[in-house]
Amino acid sequence: MLDELKKLEKTALVALGQVDTVAGLDAWRTEHLGKKSLLTTTLRGVGKLPPEERPVVGKLAQEVKTALEDALTEARERVLALEQERAAKAERVDVTLPGRPVSLGRLHPVTQTLHRIYDIFAQMGFQVYRAREVETDEYNFQLLNMPPDHPARDMWSTFFTTRDGILLRTHTSPGQIRTMREYCPEPIRVILPGRCYRYEDVTARHETMFYQVEGLAVGRDITMADLKGVLAAFAKRLYGDDRQVRFRCSYFPFTEPSVEVDIDCAICGGEGCRVCKHTGWVEILGAGMVHPQVLRNGGYDPEQFTGFAFGMGPERVTMLKSEIDDIRYFYSNDLRFLAQF
Amino acid sequence: MKVPLNWLREYVEITLPVEELAERMTLAGLEVAHIDSIGSDWDRDRMVVGEIVEVRPHPNADRLVIAVVEYGQSEPLAVVTGAPNVSVGDSGVKVAFAGVGARLIDGHSDELQSFTLKPTKIRGVPSEGMVCSEKELGLSDDHEGILILEEDAPVGVPLADYLGDVVLDLDLTPNLARCMSIVGVAREVAALTGQKARIPTPAMKAEGQPIDGQVEILIEDPDLCNRYMGALVRGATVGASPKWMQRRLLLAGMRPINCIVDITNYVMLEWGQPLHAFDYDLLRPARPDGPPAIIVRRARPGERMTTLDGVERTLTDEMLLITDGGGPVAIAGVMGGLESEVTESTRNVLIESANFNNINNRRTSQALKLSSEAAQRFGRGIPASLAELAVTRAADLMRTYAGGTIAKGLADNYPVPQEQREVLLRPEQVERIVGIPMSRDDAQNVLERLEFRCEPHGRSNLKVTVPLHRLDVEIEADLLEEIARMVGYDKIPLTLMRDELPPQRDNPPLELSKKVRTALVGCGLTEVITYSLLADGDQDRLLPLDSRDDSTVRASEPGEHLRDMLPCILASEACIRVANPLTPEQVAMRTTLLPSLLKTTASNVRFTDRVNVFEVARVYLPMDADGLPTEVTHLGVAMTGPRWERSWLTPEPEPQDFFDLKGVVESLMAALGIAEWRVEAASHPTFHPGRCATLHLDNRKVAIFGELNPAVRAHWELNEARVSLLEMNLDAVMPYVARRRPFSPVSRFPAIVQDLAVVLDEDVPASQVAEVIRQAGGELLRQALLFDVYKGPPIPEGKRSLAFSLSYQSDAKTLTDAEVARVHQKIVRRLESVLGAQLRGA
Repeated sequence: MLDELKKLEKTALVALGQVDTVAGLDAWRTEHLGKKSLLTTTLRGVGKLPPEERPVVGKLAQEVKTALEDALTEARERVLALEQERAAKAERVDVTLPGRPVSLGRLHPVTQTLHRIYDIFAQMGFQVYRAREVETDEYNFQLLNMPPDHPARDMWSTFFTTRDGILLRTHTSPGQIRTMREYCPEPIRVILPGRCYRYEDVTARHETMFYQVEGLAVGRDITMADLKGVLAAFAKRLYGDDRQVRFRCSYFPFTEPSVEVDIDCAICGGEGCRVCKHTGWVEILGAGMVHPQVLRNGGYDPEQFTGFAFGMGPERVTMLKSEIDDIRYFYSNDLRFLAQF
Repeated sequence: MKVPLNWLREYVEITLPVEELAERMTLAGLEVAHIDSIGSDWDRDRMVVGEIVEVRPHPNADRLVIAVVEYGQSEPLAVVTGAPNVSVGDSGVKVAFAGVGARLIDGHSDELQSFTLKPTKIRGVPSEGMVCSEKELGLSDDHEGILILEEDAPVGVPLADYLGDVVLDLDLTPNLARCMSIVGVAREVAALTGQKARIPTPAMKAEGQPIDGQVEILIEDPDLCNRYMGALVRGATVGASPKWMQRRLLLAGMRPINCIVDITNYVMLEWGQPLHAFDYDLLRPARPDGPPAIIVRRARPGERMTTLDGVERTLTDEMLLITDGGGPVAIAGVMGGLESEVTESTRNVLIESANFNNINNRRTSQALKLSSEAAQRFGRGIPASLAELAVTRAADLMRTYAGGTIAKGLADNYPVPQEQREVLLRPEQVERIVGIPMSRDDAQNVLERLEFRCEPHGRSNLKVTVPLHRLDVEIEADLLEEIARMVGYDKIPLTLMRDELPPQRDNPPLELSKKVRTALVGCGLTEVITYSLLADGDQDRLLPLDSRDDSTVRASEPGEHLRDMLPCILASEACIRVANPLTPEQVAMRTTLLPSLLKTTASNVRFTDRVNVFEVARVYLPMDADGLPTEVTHLGVAMTGPRWERSWLTPEPEPQDFFDLKGVVESLMAALGIAEWRVEAASHPTFHPGRCATLHLDNRKVAIFGELNPAVRAHWELNEARVSLLEMNLDAVMPYVARRRPFSPVSRFPAIVQDLAVVLDEDVPASQVAEVIRQAGGELLRQALLFDVYKGPPIPEGKRSLAFSLSYQSDAKTLTDAEVARVHQKIVRRLESVLGAQLRGA
């Protein structure tokens, strides 16, 4: 009897070692520890044994049962781990397959640049002002010191409309007069973004329609040193702290003195390349101190107030930053271009 | 303006290296766009001035000769050449000689290909160098013959020293008219480099009969011509101008013609005063027995004349003419006439040096589309005082290089003398505007460098006399700019504004457009920016042919009625129109964004089938026949192609349709915080008859959207895919955008969800069903989600089934089944009674 029990234990343990599924464990349990199992019947039959054998057999049978139960608990852990491993294996995917496509919407690169410009100037107190695009000759030219046939009008080739004295603004500067007339006598810090139009053949460098961002600051204590400080701070924020900024003399009829702002060419590092026309510098802004007559036209007394104004093209900013060599990309709206920003 | 440095050196000492000078000039406003070095790549040892000492015939070729060239070494060399301007017997001709090893440009190639000269044999005769053409030297594309140098050219001197030069190409702003001359640039360079310009007052050696009585000058319109001067040179020979002059003209970008014309051009480039030379003998008197006459007057309407370029031009009474006793001889300051032109047979020359009104001159040259060197200078304005200097200089050059005798004196009709301007400078204004403190003495020093004369005025100011050549300086601000420029913009400090911060204001239109853009990008759409101008007929192409006469969808007149049209399809003739379009594609300012979006879609579907784009831009609505248009900000959306990009997960993605766009509309309303909006079925011929809707806020229609009418699709080079379009008036939406969004608490109690399917007539709008459910459900009904729409058996014909998932929830407690059942029953009863609905499966 004792030998049988030992054999039984041995057989059961060997069988358990081969079980590798949860279902197999259940079957094993039924077979070896269930009601009809040999062990159970043996335990149940202890009473029928001669009294002297009973304690010995009973004790051994109980030990076998405990051993098998312990082995089962242990095996369960092993089998569960195996099962998980199998399940994971079955659900494994090829992680190099492409993901489910999500359509990513994008802002036009010009809008992205405009927003960046708004943000930088907002931190210096400049707010966006919306001005009209179809303008009068008076606002676009005359109030900016360009009477009819003034030679400086050559700088702005103009689309005229069939309506007398009405044209498509050639620059955002007429907005200077509109802002001043609206806000006078308050001090002013605004930027005026928007579409402008020029009667110029479309080439890699010129478009008939483009955006401009005008800036205007008017106050009682504003000097050209402020102009330099604000624009240098802006240029470094936009183009990077390591850029050199250069101010040179220029001409606009509505500013005096007038300034052109250059940064050193990031593409060639100032060595000279096609982008900077081999000068090492690229022009990024036109600016100047508001001409006293323009202040007067806006309602401000030039003996009390001074100001500065500036203008730039967000396309050009984007072209410089992304090394785009043709302005025509912007308004052709080819999704293969737009998807890159 | 091209400035050859050797020419400039005559008037000012150049003390800086060229690059540094160019930088200094650029910073001071004379932008040097380009520096052209001529001869810097010429081999100094191998390319020298040579002299042809003998020309022998070539034994084996009729068209070739052997030139023996002395070039400063012990032995002359023999060179074979086929140049037509070298012939047997020539000697003493100075040439550009290149020895073996020199690098030259191939004269026979159309491109600029260079090669290294090797010893060679031409038809059996050895050739040990080359006499060069201008093209071979890279001076011009002239390869007709070899370059012949001045007789006094020093043999053996490197060509780089003799012919080489540096040309500064200046990009001048319109205010720098004074720098359209070598003398003008010299003044600037002197001021910028602390030198003194050496500008002599021209003088002439006049030995002929006095000019008085030999020419009569009448100015009929002194408002357009305030000075007219003449000098007379008799007995001149019209030959070629000296080589050095030709070279300078070429370097400055002008073609040599003959010595008379060249001298007028040379003096114009030097002094900035355009001149004109008449054949004196062809000028007719104004009266019998009178001398040849010049009459300056406005043209008569319709008057005609043939200009030097051989074109007959019709003139208007706005244009100023130079006439003689017989008729027009020149368009003043623009171009001369053919009749009185200087020719080889001309002997006597009348030189015109005049001053014309710059505005009128510009108008004329623009009207005639004639932009001459003269008009470019007159158009920007030149001082009247310059006329005398230039005419004197030209007359003396003609005497020297064309022979002839100058008549004593100058004819001068000067009805409006140039005024000497005085401007007051308050030195403290330098600090106020420029930001650097400056004493009166310092200001004076700076201005005197530019030839301004300064006198103290009162205790602290300066009375500044503006030199006659500075027409651009009129007010104190102009002087401040001169001071800033001379001090150098780089010397001005960088400060941040300490001025008062202006009132900061909200900008609702900007905020709205940012929110709209963010929302649409979030919906996966790409922003486009399209032209504001459209071609004629672009807007009409939105309509099927048979609805273009329907005035409810296509307006033909400007007016207030355009405000409420959506899309606003306005006849192209009634739009704001460009008077001078560059292309027929851009003629009319758009009143709707849809044509641009369809064009963008069409151009993109050529390479991708999926296009989901939007634009936020203005439309330009003409409110009356002649004023400014009203500019209204609109949103436009176009969506076409499959719902997702094709992939291994979705190999055949579904095409997008009306409901993809409607989903975008709903998301947009949510993003803007607009809770109360209404969509109605609509009909518009641009859109699909059964798939078009309008969006209303209160009772205002703010948007129209739907699928493009298949009958319109063919007008737009589109494929067969459905295209959904939206146009929304954002200015009309603006007042409804939530400025404040009240929070509603999230309930802590569980929601109970029950489904409800009802069968109704199929033309009952789903929105109406949802509205009835919402009203009946009251406060406890939190959401009614439509999850199924079904038509077909067993639902009877003409009916459809709508299934909603209804969630009930309370903020105060967990609802009991009975409470939910009460509300649910109420909803069912209301659907039955109001809409005739039947509970499905009941």
